[in-house]
Amino acid sequence: MSAPNAAGWRPSLGQAERAENTTSSGDYGLILEEGLSFELGAADKCGVDIDYADRSPIEGLARFLRSEAPALPGLTEPEVVRHYTRLSRQNYAIDLGPFPLGSCTMKHNPRLNEKMARLPGFADVHPMQPQTTVQGALEVIEQLADWLMKLTGMASVAMSPKAGAHGELCGLLCIRAALDARGETRDVVLVPESAHGTNPATAAFAGFKVETIPATPAGRVDVEALKAKLAPNVAGVMITNPNTCGLFEPDMREIADAVHAAGGYVYCDGANFNAIVGKVRPGDLGVDAMHINLHKTFSTPHGGGGPGAGPVVLSEALAPFAPLPFVTRGADGSLRLVEEENAGEGHAQAFGRMVAFHGQMGMFTRALTYILSHGADGLRQVAEDAVLNANYVLRACDDLLPAPFAASGPCMHEALFSDAGLAEGFTTLDIAKGLIDEGFHPMTVYFPLVVKGAMLVEPTETESKAGLDRFITSLRSLAERAKAGDESLHSAPHFAPRRRLDETLAARKPVLVWRGDAAAAGTPSRSEVGGR
Amino acid sequence: MRYLPLTPADRAAMLETIGARSVDDLFVDVPAAARLTAPIDGLPAHASEMAVERHMTALAAKNISAGSVPFFLGAGAYRHHVPASVDHLIQRGEFLTAYTPYQPEIAQGTLQVLFEFQTQVARLFGTDIANASMYDGSTACWEAILMAARVTRKGRAILSGGLHPHYAEVVRTMAKFTRDDIVSLSPELVAEPDDNEVIASIDDQTSCVVVQYPDVLGRIPDLAAIAEAAHAKGALLIAVVTEPVALGLIEAPGALGADIVVGEGQSLGVGLQFGGPYLGLFGCREKFVRQMPGRLCGQTVDAEGKRGFVLTLSTREQHIRREKATSNICTNSGLCALAFSVHLTLLGGEGLAQLAVVNHAKAQATFERLARIPGVRVLNTAYFNEATVVLPRDAREVVRALADRQVLGGVSLGRLFPVADGLHKGLLVAATETTTDEDIEAFATALEAVLAGGNA
Amino acid sequence: MTRYFSEDHEWIEVEGDLGTVGITDYAQGQLGDITFVDLPAEGATVAKGDSVSVVDSVKAASDVYTPVSGTIAEVNAALEDQPELVNTEAETGGWLFRVTLGDASELGALMDEAAYQAYLESL
Repeated sequence: MSAPNAAGWRPSLGQAERAENTTSSGDYGLILEEGLSFELGAADKCGVDIDYADRSPIEGLARFLRSEAPALPGLTEPEVVRHYTRLSRQNYAIDLGPFPLGSCTMKHNPRLNEKMARLPGFADVHPMQPQTTVQGALEVIEQLADWLMKLTGMASVAMSPKAGAHGELCGLLCIRAALDARGETRDVVLVPESAHGTNPATAAFAGFKVETIPATPAGRVDVEALKAKLAPNVAGVMITNPNTCGLFEPDMREIADAVHAAGGYVYCDGANFNAIVGKVRPGDLGVDAMHINLHKTFSTPHGGGGPGAGPVVLSEALAPFAPLPFVTRGADGSLRLVEEENAGEGHAQAFGRMVAFHGQMGMFTRALTYILSHGADGLRQVAEDAVLNANYVLRACDDLLPAPFAASGPCMHEALFSDAGLAEGFTTLDIAKGLIDEGFHPMTVYFPLVVKGAMLVEPTETESKAGLDRFITSLRSLAERAKAGDESLHSAPHFAPRRRLDETLAARKPVLVWRGDAAAAGTPSRSEVGGR
Repeated sequence: MRYLPLTPADRAAMLETIGARSVDDLFVDVPAAARLTAPIDGLPAHASEMAVERHMTALAAKNISAGSVPFFLGAGAYRHHVPASVDHLIQRGEFLTAYTPYQPEIAQGTLQVLFEFQTQVARLFGTDIANASMYDGSTACWEAILMAARVTRKGRAILSGGLHPHYAEVVRTMAKFTRDDIVSLSPELVAEPDDNEVIASIDDQTSCVVVQYPDVLGRIPDLAAIAEAAHAKGALLIAVVTEPVALGLIEAPGALGADIVVGEGQSLGVGLQFGGPYLGLFGCREKFVRQMPGRLCGQTVDAEGKRGFVLTLSTREQHIRREKATSNICTNSGLCALAFSVHLTLLGGEGLAQLAVVNHAKAQATFERLARIPGVRVLNTAYFNEATVVLPRDAREVVRALADRQVLGGVSLGRLFPVADGLHKGLLVAATETTTDEDIEAFATALEAVLAGGNA
Repeated sequence: MTRYFSEDHEWIEVEGDLGTVGITDYAQGQLGDITFVDLPAEGATVAKGDSVSVVDSVKAASDVYTPVSGTIAEVNAALEDQPELVNTEAETGGWLFRVTLGDASELGALMDEAAYQAYLESL
């Protein structure tokens, strides 16, 4: 029999009685297993009816022709729909429940945004069409840019970066270009130790050396230590505000003034802008550049890991260096793209180009739709509710789970806990995997690095109080079990589509493509399996 | 506000639990001088779904969509028919609203899709392995050059004149800051690509040669010859594919000796969308795996021995290596990779080959018709679905005049290469399976009329 | 043959002017399952304290610093296929590289086994 589950693997169960009660299919009711498309498909199957073309290729192409079709099995439409639908059911998603990943801002994705992005006037427009035929698309970019500048109090915005990290790079390259224009070679960027790994990676990618700034016991940047590092070789600082501990940096203005006085620039990582949108404008705090993750604050879908979008707002000082292309409005009222063709006319200082076309247009339409739906008042409410929800989780759990910075006051949009005080041998990982069994996505774990066993919970504003109460009940129950030394937590999750996966094996003997040998995975290594 | 579930009573109860008098108390760390006390001036208030839809629809209506007129643009973004099931599947909430699969026990759906995607890309490109996607083709191209420098420990990259000028500009921009040495060859309006010039430029300092296949003018370089020359000097060949459908008809770059193959995956499953989001494709030899940028999904087993998938080899990446990472990238283009993968699964290898034949046939019909117009010449001796036609005058004006006649008739080389000499009469024209005989005739008729209209 | 230890948890065993370098059993225990070892190029000239090798576990990448200056004479090719040797035989078969000593006097700054044990207890 040619079963779809040809490899013969079985779903994990976690309950002994069910392990004995196996099925012949490998499926269990609505818990469905699914083979690889390469195991299901066939070379002679196709899910698309394609016109027949009765022509031979032109003569000049003959020596380039491939001898046989690519070795890719096909499937008919019903098989494709079923394959991906079955796979989708092995995923957790915001549509299923809270997704409290700290610093990731997993909020509801309104479906109007999807509908608008699919209007043919946006979805079916080529990036190199004559500009008279894309005035509406350019207007979307202009309107979104206008909102982003006003919400941040900044002078300009570079729209083309493709994601947050790409936006960081854009901001740092603007700083490099500004320094070059001043004829200065400053090669050091200061980064707080609590920063996300992208900050130092980006700084290095942009050709800077990284020096680390320590944090205070209250989880903020050590301002005096930062000032002590300011020197003629310092190009600037990269500061996340609100920071990765979920706290606002109250000395941001003082830091910015000191950096400016020393001839440097201030880059702000805007990953956590969701907490302050409509409440404070980074431009009022002395920021020179800040990327905005449209997929966080403005709710474009995360899509299982992208695509993102990372426009960068810029101060007057950095605006002239923004990369091509960008949108301007001419004297006749029409919009136009400034590209290499016409950059000489007043934009000769642009530092270059970061992407093939104009950025993530499909994300711009979604973000603008989201922004227009909320309005200035709704966005302010977004920040307030996000902060309220996080503080509610913080205070509802900080008697059971240590919150290292809770004594210093309220948090912003995320609540930070540590695993100190759990029973010997119990860690953050046990709580996280236990949450999976409780039907929740875990919080961010082991980040920020400055807190040992960190658990960073970001509920976002789109969780109801009832939803939060259910989450809090589960989190408290897990904390109690971990304090009591409940060994079953070490092997959680028990009820997910898979048990803990052997990451050591995956890294030692990488199997990155299917080679037709399902047994190649080998034997489990000594750790990462069934606990530690 | 329809997206915010908290009621005033909820907020009051929660403040009581927190021990705060008002929400403003929670913002005490924001300096009072900077704290906003009301919604920002000059911005509108919230709006109903109906009102927002009206606003956005009006903006969309100001654009001419590709499907509404005869349409012949390519140059790195291609209009193909995307089956309805692709868009349906990528809108399933379990895919659309999931995060990066860092908790593999509850993300096997996304992870298995990535594993299938990597396998599809590797087989399409003829490479050993592929990653889980990059931002777009241009950034994948730059990342490939950096990777070649790590592999060869040399830092001089040669860009063929047939590389998409925007890709070349991204590379030159980044190299300005990393101080990599980039040799850009000049494009010329000739029938054959610059293979000999590329080969002649390779020296002992060369880390890689970057060759687009088919190139930006639609010509097809001899990758095997270039690979041989590069390898003889210890350099890598990076092949760039901006139209993956072509690989249904012409040989895979990996099979011709390319060491790294990158590309733009937009053609399969992802619409034009005015330039993004798209997805960068990245494949290479297995022995380079530790030097690869971007996310990788790998096969493993779970605690009960069942096959499963995880993100792996993450020690290359920024969240662990920080300033020593292979790249600062911390995302892929997940949902676009899903769309690409679904579309390619629907097609299968045979379907892709047949689709490629149809694309080529439509292009043949297009160029045969255009060649009959007095003063118009087809430049290429070989092409897939896109080629360059040479007009009797500056193609930029012609493109604008065609648009006035409701025909989107290609991309002028003057716009693509504003500073290059001798290219301005070139017009890049692409046809796909969506092109009809009526479109071809309408384009040709309009072009005849525009060219007959004198020096407009 | 004499074995020395560094505060960065490398060991070096010296025979004539050739030193064999690895990480200590304590270090491998801290790192967890080793998944990959990035080895230096044979023939490379290295200075004491240089990061010459990287040892990867699933979630961490750790630099290995050479405890002495010299020239890389040989690397442990077995680690390419069996990085787990660093876990199972850290101070024997899991050695990383051999270095031709440039300045034998540098050994004087390293610890002997007893001093290293005392150092570990002080951590």
